[in-house]
Amino acid sequence: MTLLIIEQLLNGLQYGVMLFLLAAGLTLIFGIMGVINLAHGSLYMVGAFAGTWVATETGSFWIGVPAALAAAMLTGFAVEAVVVRRLYARDHLDQVLATFSLILIFNQLIVLIFGRAPIYTALPPAFSESVELIPGLFYPPYRLLIIAVGLLVALGLWGLINFTRIGMLVRAGSTNREMVRALGVDIRLLYTFVFGLGAMLAGLAGFMTGPILAVQVGMGEQILLATFVVVVIGGVGSIKGAFVAGIGLGVIDTCLRAFLPGLLRNLMPASEADALGLGISSMGIYLLMAVVLLIRPKGLFAVEG
Amino acid sequence: MTRLIFPALIFLSFLFLPVLADLLGESVLRTMGARIMIYAICAASLNLILGYGGMVSFGHAAFFGIGNYVVGILYHHYASGEPLWGLIPGSNQMLITLPAAMLVAGIAALIIGALSLRTSGVQFIMITLAFAQMLFFLFVSLKTYGGEDGIIVRRTNALFGLNMRDKTTVYYVILGVATLYFLALWRIVNSSFGAMLSGIRQNERRMAAMGISTYRYKLYGFVLAGMSAGLAGALMANMLRFASPDTMHWTKSGEFMIMVILGGVGSFLGPILGSAAFVTLETYLAGWTEHWPLVLGLILLIVVLGTRGGIKGLIDRLLGGRS
Repeated sequence: MTLLIIEQLLNGLQYGVMLFLLAAGLTLIFGIMGVINLAHGSLYMVGAFAGTWVATETGSFWIGVPAALAAAMLTGFAVEAVVVRRLYARDHLDQVLATFSLILIFNQLIVLIFGRAPIYTALPPAFSESVELIPGLFYPPYRLLIIAVGLLVALGLWGLINFTRIGMLVRAGSTNREMVRALGVDIRLLYTFVFGLGAMLAGLAGFMTGPILAVQVGMGEQILLATFVVVVIGGVGSIKGAFVAGIGLGVIDTCLRAFLPGLLRNLMPASEADALGLGISSMGIYLLMAVVLLIRPKGLFAVEG
Repeated sequence: MTRLIFPALIFLSFLFLPVLADLLGESVLRTMGARIMIYAICAASLNLILGYGGMVSFGHAAFFGIGNYVVGILYHHYASGEPLWGLIPGSNQMLITLPAAMLVAGIAALIIGALSLRTSGVQFIMITLAFAQMLFFLFVSLKTYGGEDGIIVRRTNALFGLNMRDKTTVYYVILGVATLYFLALWRIVNSSFGAMLSGIRQNERRMAAMGISTYRYKLYGFVLAGMSAGLAGALMANMLRFASPDTMHWTKSGEFMIMVILGGVGSFLGPILGSAAFVTLETYLAGWTEHWPLVLGLILLIVVLGTRGGIKGLIDRLLGGRS
């Protein structure tokens, strides 16, 4: 039982860092530009498809990584230049709808190019055998790789935000956008940089999910809503919030899904318990968000501004 | 007088649409007309809080879906003969199911609204979305009521001994309900309550300074909108003879927002035009190419980025510069 719990905690951690990779970009875009970007999930999907395609064509998982990053980043730049740039001065309603239409467009473009059937990313050979972490617990090393990459990215972002000039502008931008502009900073360049960075992280997350889940149209929306929950719980604009909320939600969501149906089976017939357990665990993160917002309407680590 | 011409024109075109459909032999026109009216009710209710009240709710499909399910669940218990929780008997009478749908949706809106309206801005958008998703997953997990598959309502609810198997009869029942609804909405929008909602959108702080409890009036608006969406959902279950969790999916909430935007935010007739445009686009684009969401997305993007006031704004400008 303990082994099972450790395994699920690791799975939760892996899902959590994935949520963090997406939420970090989203929360910066939110916090600095004030834009609700529903199309963030599409960038995740673009990264997954581009990376997987390159990896399959070249036969090497590792060449897929830069391809995924580049594709997502270029798509991000294009989206920012063509659509998002016009939304900075608009209200939330226009932003939601414009980026919602981007979801429709991207999903259909992917169908046009790759078709509707899901595609799979091959695992790099070095990571295909399970390793024994502690006696009795076998765990796929690929998931450990994801956790490591996620934590490294978190560390890198922390350094970037806290110790570089760009990071200083980002922090200033999320506290008071107008003031940064008034002080003569080229805010458009900063916006483009932040959007590209967010897109790149989304693309990385998308490609790394490839070998675990199927790469298919609509994969972006599945994780998008969970990412928004992370951003809102963590506090809009806060990387720290995105990290804490991402890991927390990843673990909670995974454990609910893994253990709740089993617990409910003690109370009711198996088939009903499975359905209800799945339903309640799917509701879990939303319930948590509602509770957090009622207690702290701006999220856990809200940026003062 | 002139401002009555446009609503009258809309009413007359819906009145004669089934006749036209029969003449052309295109029964799809009648189905489309019914869908347009139902979506128009729902979009108009969203417009009440979004366009007039400035509350960007991203969970409006929740109330639409609740109305949908009230009809489905009441029919389920009517057909099986077992009362719900041993207390509430099922029903297939439209005079019972429609008010019941509005009541349940209203109660849900009261609870969700009372909690959500404590936040604002992005957090409000996300918390309404969260509540809608919770309801969606709740209904998906209810195996008694079909889970993901939903409930089949074998027969449209009965009303005054009318022959509800006839699709045209159902159409005119929907037209009747929609007409009553829009007349009532007209009264609400032009009442002091409607003025207060607009005032809150324009400057909430000033309204509060005038001694108005803005939270309470926003909540009234939210509940009214929820009840109307419930009514629309109940009509939809009657028309399609089917209640499904898809009616509460978050993309449905997105579609309702699209209709409001397409028609023109904060204009009375906008939602009717918006839902007409949406249903027409959906029907004909889907017939034309399987990649219709691409075209719809592009049109929507152009409308959002390039126009002010949607279709209603466009018509007003064409008719001589009123905005």
